[in-house]
Amino acid sequence: MDLSLDDRTEGDRTIVVVGGEIDVYTAPKLREKLIDLVSAGQYHLVVDMEGVEFLDSTGLGVLVGGLKRVRAHEGTLRLVCTQERILKIFRITGLTKVFPIHASVAEAVAATD
Amino acid sequence: MATVELLLAALPVHVRTARLIGVAAARRAGLSDELVDELRLAVGEACSRAVALHALHAPETPVKIVLRDDPDGLTVEVTDVGPAAQPLDVAVDELFDDLVVDPAVALVVLSGLVDDLEITAGEAGTTVTMRWPLAPAL
Repeated sequence: MDLSLDDRTEGDRTIVVVGGEIDVYTAPKLREKLIDLVSAGQYHLVVDMEGVEFLDSTGLGVLVGGLKRVRAHEGTLRLVCTQERILKIFRITGLTKVFPIHASVAEAVAATD
Repeated sequence: MATVELLLAALPVHVRTARLIGVAAARRAGLSDELVDELRLAVGEACSRAVALHALHAPETPVKIVLRDDPDGLTVEVTDVGPAAQPLDVAVDELFDDLVVDPAVALVVLSGLVDDLEITAGEAGTTVTMRWPLAPAL
């Protein structure tokens, strides 16, 4: 399955709904989407990964890139993920300490820390 | 013993092809669902790493993948012709530079993911060998 991307705003947050496979082939599309949002002045991003079936280190690299971009504007990038096989790669690489990871979009939107 | 050998053009789009073949071989060999997931990610990481190295150093040379199953498990070897793998001495979050597929990050993931992992680096390139055991018969 290819990558699917959709976005909507909720208050000052932009929810990016990602589905399918994020790998070395599809990651450039996600990168472009994050760059477009930041260029449009959206600095508080919530990336909903509940529909993601596969994520590799290339995908992690793009998320880290997105985080760096929003931070340059004092923004935030939160992830929504409860899938064990996706969370595993964040744990292996130590990125659970870098990204706030939430159990639902509502929780991520409400988060202020 | 059944063996699958695959020569993959060094293109990002074919990393998925390699994952799908890896998963098919793992299911056929009878690995547990959890190990099939692990293999999917590991084959993807090993191939992304190899494809990234070939793109820089040998774009015309295919990446070689060998899948070998025996009564005890499944072995996957991914061989590239890039510069030898270097030992890691930097923090992972310093390695990420946006879209650059850092071969070192793939190795970090592989070493965290695969229990039975061997990385043989020589002048001609690097072979990543990964092995998964079959679940004991019930």
